[in-house]
Amino acid sequence: MKPSLFILTALLAMGAGTTQAADSTSVKASDAWIRVLPGNLPAGGYVTLENTSGTGVAVTGAASADYGDAMIHKSSTETGMGRMEMVDKVPVPANGKVAFAPGGYHVMLMEPKHAVKPGDKVVVTFTLSDGTTLPVTFVAKPANATGP
Amino acid sequence: MKPSPCRRAFLALLALAALLPLAACQREPQPEWRLNDVAGHLPDLDFRLTDDNGKAVTGADYRGKVAIMYFGYTHCPDVCPLTLTQLHVVLDRLGAPADKVRILFVSVDPARDTPEVMHTYVNAFDKRAVGLAGSQADVEALAKRYRSAFTREPDRADGNYEVSHSSAIYIFDANGKARLLATPSASQDDIVHDLHLLTSLEP
Repeated sequence: MKPSLFILTALLAMGAGTTQAADSTSVKASDAWIRVLPGNLPAGGYVTLENTSGTGVAVTGAASADYGDAMIHKSSTETGMGRMEMVDKVPVPANGKVAFAPGGYHVMLMEPKHAVKPGDKVVVTFTLSDGTTLPVTFVAKPANATGP
Repeated sequence: MKPSPCRRAFLALLALAALLPLAACQREPQPEWRLNDVAGHLPDLDFRLTDDNGKAVTGADYRGKVAIMYFGYTHCPDVCPLTLTQLHVVLDRLGAPADKVRILFVSVDPARDTPEVMHTYVNAFDKRAVGLAGSQADVEALAKRYRSAFTREPDRADGNYEVSHSSAIYIFDANGKARLLATPSASQDDIVHDLHLLTSLEP
């Protein structure tokens, strides 16, 4: 094979194999925990995200290899009715923070692929509006936990 | 003409006698509730449901206990577990009187929340919590009784669905009388304070 064709093929092969976006360098995560409920019930994931850059960015999705499906939801008890709705984006303000906390934003993790017990660690990868991703390690806590 | 000493004494005695009934009224101190006082505005605790041991129960089964009732469902990953957790913390803070309290978690999702599911669920939070499930009709009757509402949202593509439901927390005394209403934003201090009062009342 001609060297230039070889190099071209190699480059294409590298491109085809690489589907991962770059990890975010501006958003940091802390205090990530999951409230584990019995059986196959959906679990709620909570974390504090800090944007260390001067440009606002938004979280646009979540995924986990340990769960069949993950969505970002926001709970509210306005007007006396408890409800939650899926949200497409959660803004993380420039030089600011956003908290996913009980009663507000949370990652809804559904269809666990294996049993998740308190103490286990699970990785949830957030996608951000600037095209980067943020993998975060969440620690599983019991149902009646009050925090990380 | 000045009244005679006898007459003055008689008048004084009359005045004192007039005040005595008022003093009796003051003997019953009114508790200073911090949560919303709903006494007389909501019906007594009554329902026909199945507890998480599979036993058919009515409101009468909880007489003698202070009952904290609220509606939710097990597939709710955020608000319902948060409320149950907060009530668990409140009961721990209450100490010994918490033995006289029961948390009644009523499911608004009869399709998925069987007594077995409820049993594992409530036991993950607090041993004083009871899971109550029933037919759609029985749960709707209970919700209507307490002017509560719940709506099953449209199914998502994967068949999962959410249920929006009233977030009010109803508190009944040991005689089954509705006494207090708390919202999810009520402070734990306030709930602990009022439960102390409620559990110390004579039934």
